[in-house]
Amino acid sequence: MNARQVMRVMVGFYLVLFFAYLFGPLIIMGITAFNTAPYPTVIPFEDFTLQWFDILFRDKDMMIGLQNSLKIGVLVVLISVPCGLAGAIVMQQVYARARSLYYLVVVSPVLTPGVIIGISTIIFWKDFTGATGIGFLYDGLILAALGQSSFISAYCMLIFLSRLQRFDHALEEAALDLGASNAQVFRHILIPYLRPAVLSAAVMAFLSSFENYNTTTFAILSDKTLTTVLAGRVRQGSTPAISALAVTIIAITVAGTIVYELVKRREDARKAAQRRTAQDAERRELAAA
Amino acid sequence: MTADVELDGVTVRFGDFTAVENANLRIKEGEFFSFLGPSGCGKTTILRTISGFIDPSEGAVRIGGKDMRGIGANKRPTALIFQSLALFPMMSVADNIGYGLRVRGISKSIRQKKIDELLNLVALGDQGAKKVDELSGGQRQRVAIARALAVEPQVLLLDEPLSALDLKLRQHMRNELRAIQKRVGITFIYITHDQGEALTMSDRIAVMNRGRIEQVGDGRSVYDAPRTAFVASFVGENNAITGFITEAAEDYAVIEGKLGQFRGTNPLGLKKGACATLFVRPEALRFGAPENPIAATTREIAYEGNLTHVGLRAVDGSHLTVLLGAGEIPPVMDAQASFGFDAGRAIILPPQQDG
Amino acid sequence: MQAALGHPFVIALPFAVGLLFWLIAIRERQIGRIQGLSFFQRNGTAVGLFLIVAVAFWAVFMIVLPQLFMVEMSFRPKLPPSAMGGPRDVYTLQNYHYFLFGSATSSAEWNVVHIRAFWLTIIASILVTLGNFLLCYPLAFYMAQVATAARLRFLLLLLITPYWVNEILRAFAFRVIFSTGGLINKLLMGAGLLSEPIDFLGLDVGMYAGLSYAYLLLMVFPLYNAIENLPKAQIEAARDLGAPWWHIHAFIVMPFAKPGIASGCTLVFMLTSGALAAPLVLGGPRSLWFTPIVYDRFYQAFNWPQGSAYAFILLLTCIAFVLAVMRIGKLSLGEITR
Repeated sequence: MNARQVMRVMVGFYLVLFFAYLFGPLIIMGITAFNTAPYPTVIPFEDFTLQWFDILFRDKDMMIGLQNSLKIGVLVVLISVPCGLAGAIVMQQVYARARSLYYLVVVSPVLTPGVIIGISTIIFWKDFTGATGIGFLYDGLILAALGQSSFISAYCMLIFLSRLQRFDHALEEAALDLGASNAQVFRHILIPYLRPAVLSAAVMAFLSSFENYNTTTFAILSDKTLTTVLAGRVRQGSTPAISALAVTIIAITVAGTIVYELVKRREDARKAAQRRTAQDAERRELAAA
Repeated sequence: MTADVELDGVTVRFGDFTAVENANLRIKEGEFFSFLGPSGCGKTTILRTISGFIDPSEGAVRIGGKDMRGIGANKRPTALIFQSLALFPMMSVADNIGYGLRVRGISKSIRQKKIDELLNLVALGDQGAKKVDELSGGQRQRVAIARALAVEPQVLLLDEPLSALDLKLRQHMRNELRAIQKRVGITFIYITHDQGEALTMSDRIAVMNRGRIEQVGDGRSVYDAPRTAFVASFVGENNAITGFITEAAEDYAVIEGKLGQFRGTNPLGLKKGACATLFVRPEALRFGAPENPIAATTREIAYEGNLTHVGLRAVDGSHLTVLLGAGEIPPVMDAQASFGFDAGRAIILPPQQDG
Repeated sequence: MQAALGHPFVIALPFAVGLLFWLIAIRERQIGRIQGLSFFQRNGTAVGLFLIVAVAFWAVFMIVLPQLFMVEMSFRPKLPPSAMGGPRDVYTLQNYHYFLFGSATSSAEWNVVHIRAFWLTIIASILVTLGNFLLCYPLAFYMAQVATAARLRFLLLLLITPYWVNEILRAFAFRVIFSTGGLINKLLMGAGLLSEPIDFLGLDVGMYAGLSYAYLLLMVFPLYNAIENLPKAQIEAARDLGAPWWHIHAFIVMPFAKPGIASGCTLVFMLTSGALAAPLVLGGPRSLWFTPIVYDRFYQAFNWPQGSAYAFILLLTCIAFVLAVMRIGKLSLGEITR
């Protein structure tokens, strides 16, 4: 065996180990969801059962938490996507002297621990709503959405920025030149250009919100979300119902990933076909000229 | 009312940098007018000033006698074709062409009629439903033209639109552009650094250098009667001989340099003793001609069928080029040769300022 | 100093800074240093207003003011609502004093428990960060430079799923493995190596394992993005010149991928030191981790000012880490957060 083959075997070994480490714990947890044992365990595997899923879906707190998580997720998408979009556009226009301060402010939530964001959110909104008489806003769901949006907006902004960097500003000028108003340029040119990014930002925002714990556990006040209910259950003691929840979540993500991949492949195929058409046209044209 | 475009003392500054300095021009309605100059000469800035993306620091742009200051690009009777074309990738060909009408609130049926008309004008009749990413370079070009014409501008501005095309196609598109302009009859203002484009298409050309308009005239006058050293050397090939004026009359002068004394026309009335450059075109040089003789060695002979380029080195080491027609017999390589030129075809101009 | 004026001042602060920049911009436009269209000319009134309102709401009400309020609160005493704004509501360092020295009635010289938890958190977070880097770097390099397009796509798909499993479930998975009735103890006992189960969770093994697992993928993606941009030809050229593999990585790939390394390390450190789920789920009652202590200030001691002070200390630590990374790597903030 030469050095190259040794290297290949080692790389293969490493990859297997890495993914075993990554998936091992999840798989073991997954198996416990189907074991009749009242305690999450793999051995002995007593008997196959779906009873833990049944228990999970009957768990009232979990279901209330799930509803709240979905509500917060939608709220977060509605707040962070516009804020991130505005943040990215302003980033491109803000004048040089203010740019670094602006960047520091809006990107800082990405580098701030979630618990701190949660804490600061409740402190501020408690005093602010108390002092301004808008106490109804001091609500767990709203605060959780606001706290999460603080950093999820920044993620969205980074997504938009990377797409905007490839934007040809001549498109805006062309539309203006053809008589469009600024608002029309925004609606007809910039937003359609950013549409793929809007979609991925929305998906990302929703998922980040849904799985968030650190910020939510502070900002949710006396309400509950799926993750906070889950945290409470896990601290009380282990039950295979929690494994069942994990399996459900993993199944949904896997399905989502597959759908995403299929959509992306179709999109790629469509783009490739367009390119081929353009190349054909080019060839014919050169032949004719 | 005619839609003349008038530049009245237009100066554009960016901070300390002056991109355009005191431009004065009147472009007549229906003219094909080109701005020709090297990159960075300010021609694009002028175009953007006319289209309304930049307001002049001083002076005024008037279209049809109306001062355009404060009127945005979307309110001017101009349409601009961008160097990158800037076709909207998120729209179909037809939607691109109809965009200007759409933002003007024109009904769909009228819009569709106009789109079909324009698609036919630019010979893209059946391509309306395609995405712009499915088009060839030449087709994209045509869509850009149709899109700009759709809003029925009084002035069409073109910013080097052919520069991305293949050479062969570029020449083809020149004729097409000119033909379209004749058909629609509106003013075309064209920006280019390619003198061939400017000369073949334009009614008149403004040659620009370092933010200044050096000369305005039709192709022939710019080529045959340059009025500055920059125009003489930038438009077409030219041989330059520098020296001092030893004799000056009203219509001719004699210049003395290292290669000897030469006589040429003196259009600017330069005075005796002035430093000057004599320009003579390669095609004006003739072997064996007795007038204005120069001795040189042939260093390079490039036969191109109908033409032959001959590179020469003069006794002072300077390079000269001679262009021979099909019937003329070139000298042999590395031989001593004497050639001369007709004084009427040489022009004596003041040397180019600051290099 | 009386704390009553604190809030109006804090609220006015970001607006004053914004106004100041606005005035400077107007002034510079007058003297001609800024040219081109003004903000509203460029965007139009409607879009311009949307941009300003959205950004102001986000930056001021969701980022700056909450942080400033938290910092402000950390310098206040804990008072019953009736005493707020009264004569005892003055700025004080007592919350920070408590972190260092414990309560005034305690006899110990230092607040050993909290200080030790704090240092342990930082050191463990640094170790976890380094460990994650070593674990992920080969994978990132493999994906970015070696793998074929099809395999890369497959690997990326494999990575996405565990990325979206939330941290409590990840921590729970480790509990299934490490608890006294868990997989490892069962295996060891089944093999006859143990007669009594080992309390891995009580020994904090579970917690550290869970922490090092939790944010693994946040290291992979920045590294991968950075290494992906390295032209393959550079590596081939170095190999051609006879550079050994470790040399190529240390002097070509890593310097090139510096921004990605910095951003992965910063994220993992920040998330680990601020982790709450793994310590809560996997830590025993005696486990030391800083975040649960902060949590307890709020929900056990109901002492928000003290909790704020602790949170601020954690925040300062993260800022210090980011600054250190920037200094060591000679990087700008923009490069780290790309």
